[in-house]
Amino acid sequence: MSESRAAKGTHEVHEAHAHLGFVRTYIFSTDHKMIGRQFLFMGLFMLIIGGLMAMLIRWELAFPEKPLPVIGASKEFIDTGEPKTSMDQTWAEWLSKPESEQNWLTKNMPMGAITAPLYNSLFTMHATLMIFFVVMPIMVGGFGNFLIPLTIGARDMAFPTLNMLSFWVGLLSGIIMLASLFVPGGSAAAGWTSYAPLTAKVEYTGVNWGQNLWCISLIVMGISSLMGSINYITTIINMRAPGMTFFRMPLITWSLFITAILLLLALPVLTSALAMLLFDRMLGTHFFLPEGGGEPILWQHLFWFFGHPEVYILVLPAMGVTSEVLSVFSRKPIFGYRGMVFAMTAIAFLSWVVWGHHMFVSGMNPLIGTTFMMTTMVIAVPSAIKTFNWLGTLWGGSIRFTTPMLFGLAFVSNFVIGGLSGIFMASTPVDIFIHDTYYIVAHFHYVVAGIIFAIFAAITYWFPKMFGRMMNETLGKIHAILTFIFFNATFFPMHILGVGGHMRRIFNPLQYEFLHPLQPVNVFISISAFCLGVAQLIFLFNFVWSLFAGKRADRNPWHANTLEWITPSPPPHGNFDKIPTVYRGPYEYSSPEVAEDWLPQDRRLETTTAKGAH
Amino acid sequence: MNEATLTHAHVGVEPAESPLTPESWGKLGMWIFLAGDAMSFGTLLAGYGAIRAGSADWPVPSQVLGIQLTALMTFLLICSSVTMVKALSASKRGDRKAFTKFILMTIAGGTLFLGMQAYEWTHLIYGKHVTFTSNPYGAWLFGTTFFAITGFHGAHVTGGVLYLSVVLLLGLIAGKFSQKNFPNIVEIAALYWHFVDLVWILVFTFVYLI
Repeated sequence: MSESRAAKGTHEVHEAHAHLGFVRTYIFSTDHKMIGRQFLFMGLFMLIIGGLMAMLIRWELAFPEKPLPVIGASKEFIDTGEPKTSMDQTWAEWLSKPESEQNWLTKNMPMGAITAPLYNSLFTMHATLMIFFVVMPIMVGGFGNFLIPLTIGARDMAFPTLNMLSFWVGLLSGIIMLASLFVPGGSAAAGWTSYAPLTAKVEYTGVNWGQNLWCISLIVMGISSLMGSINYITTIINMRAPGMTFFRMPLITWSLFITAILLLLALPVLTSALAMLLFDRMLGTHFFLPEGGGEPILWQHLFWFFGHPEVYILVLPAMGVTSEVLSVFSRKPIFGYRGMVFAMTAIAFLSWVVWGHHMFVSGMNPLIGTTFMMTTMVIAVPSAIKTFNWLGTLWGGSIRFTTPMLFGLAFVSNFVIGGLSGIFMASTPVDIFIHDTYYIVAHFHYVVAGIIFAIFAAITYWFPKMFGRMMNETLGKIHAILTFIFFNATFFPMHILGVGGHMRRIFNPLQYEFLHPLQPVNVFISISAFCLGVAQLIFLFNFVWSLFAGKRADRNPWHANTLEWITPSPPPHGNFDKIPTVYRGPYEYSSPEVAEDWLPQDRRLETTTAKGAH
Repeated sequence: MNEATLTHAHVGVEPAESPLTPESWGKLGMWIFLAGDAMSFGTLLAGYGAIRAGSADWPVPSQVLGIQLTALMTFLLICSSVTMVKALSASKRGDRKAFTKFILMTIAGGTLFLGMQAYEWTHLIYGKHVTFTSNPYGAWLFGTTFFAITGFHGAHVTGGVLYLSVVLLLGLIAGKFSQKNFPNIVEIAALYWHFVDLVWILVFTFVYLI
């Protein structure tokens, strides 16, 4: 019955799409694959901006208050006032203008040297962009949209129009966030956590519309992700192909399913908290202001009640990608498939009861602090299950070191380091010592910035399916290796800085005598970070070049089992010629039942079907 | 029964697990949305609780707010849920006249609720000088949280009245009403309406009674 309906759906889909014009196909598209690509491009664009902000932050920390290279004024000009280079003359001209005609650069970086307010706004916006506008759009918006219908054997999402709206509302929120960089007073500058009461009153930071737009942008983002998660959950529950039981879904689909549930329940908490913050800022209420009877700690509780599930919203899809890639390129079934699913579910549940570990120094009843310490340490158990299962998958496999595989391995390695430092910090006494130091910065970059490896794994793995062409393997491998080396050279020494007492959001570390001996480490980190940035040009080139001139991909270039690989590359509207029937789990690699070392989920084998395949 | 035997005949293939038809996807979508929306209300109420617990001069709500009027509002909203159930069952029977009558009563209940809330707000702001930022009876945040929470709920009721009006208009189109899918549309709207009703009972309890 359902098949005949689905078949009828196909014809409607094909006929309807034949007449769609350019606008409905590429811009206001309701096709999940196009929406996925749109989210991917939005995320990559924001990644460039967020990455450049990181470069500016690293320049400031290595060479505090020195003019930037190229656009900065020369030392002679600053010392003597005599313009030497052409840039000197430009600065002299700009700075000679009256106050009202000064441009953005002279206000924020006179002579090309980053000012303290700009620095505050840089680290705030770097984190905000990377979390809400890079990892979430690429992993959840991009690959979530692209992969969910394809991997479960559906023709599209349950609510295609809602899906389209989700992207456009998301883009609007991104535009508001970028616009906030250029309003008078500068963008939000109180850190991505926007702790109240610092943010609750304009006078405390001097940032007015920057912070307001930050709140508004994230409220709009919340609406976008609400629409997305409704779609993802409904689609996965209702639209699986015949035979695609929950426990035959690929782990990437499981991870996106669990992520969608977390998104659904976590984002509204942030939205409500942001509304309260906006009321405090704009309407004169006192939710977070103690002088009016408010509770400053309330913001931290609400923010982290959202914020900790958010961390898993970011990392679960990355774990899903890694599981796919490791299994495919080890040519082995994933080790402990059900264990992986239950571990992700356990992580999702535990993520709701650990938020207090961000607040050990905020003033908390020690008993509650101990409770949060215990729950946080318990999260190490499902995380370790996942890590050991990945290692178990690799063990004895015939490993193919393709680009996605290198990135998958890099993700696992970095996740282990980030996970272990997480256990250190879960312990209250240790956390009190290293709180708000670079040790924390090192930790969350190993976990959250480490997701970039899963993003690269996902892009290089699904690029043939998304765009119908292969990416260049040689460039990909060079990029993978350089990124891995420079990533570790950048973030590992931060642990040492942190234990040495280097504060997290400091503008000029040289103002403290005790940090002077650590400055060479800062310089080393910054040079590594610049190299990391430059290495990304290889990826950018490879991505753009492969889009237009890459080798044409056939349906299943990696010899993978999951359903997206039985469709043409790229899949047409409606995805499947005929809705596939699923006979087995997603990871039947090197099965003794067939001659090849892969066994697609939809291939019917006479011997197994007679027994009733499970 | 028949379907089950058919499936077994189709060797080795388990059926797609979901028993839901495409017509009911919307229903699931609404349930999911309501779960998210419950988190927004939950956050506001939790914030309210935390602020109130930490406040030394929180007034006794019943001494500032008119409980009798609000009790009437609560009763009205519960009645509108009952008429919504009646409207749904009428749409399932195909009784268009009864459907129109009951959904109109539901819309009227919602509108009346909003009108009484507007009266209550006006009375508080101009009569008792309790505003969004201040409160002469004690903690300022009493006023803030009151208007924030009842305002957020009122916005939901307003949205619900508009939503039900659209469903009513759809029902007035003869072709639409007789469509097999129509009771589904009514049921999805009803889910939302009952949710708004349920939330009000929590708001009434925490903000007015306790």
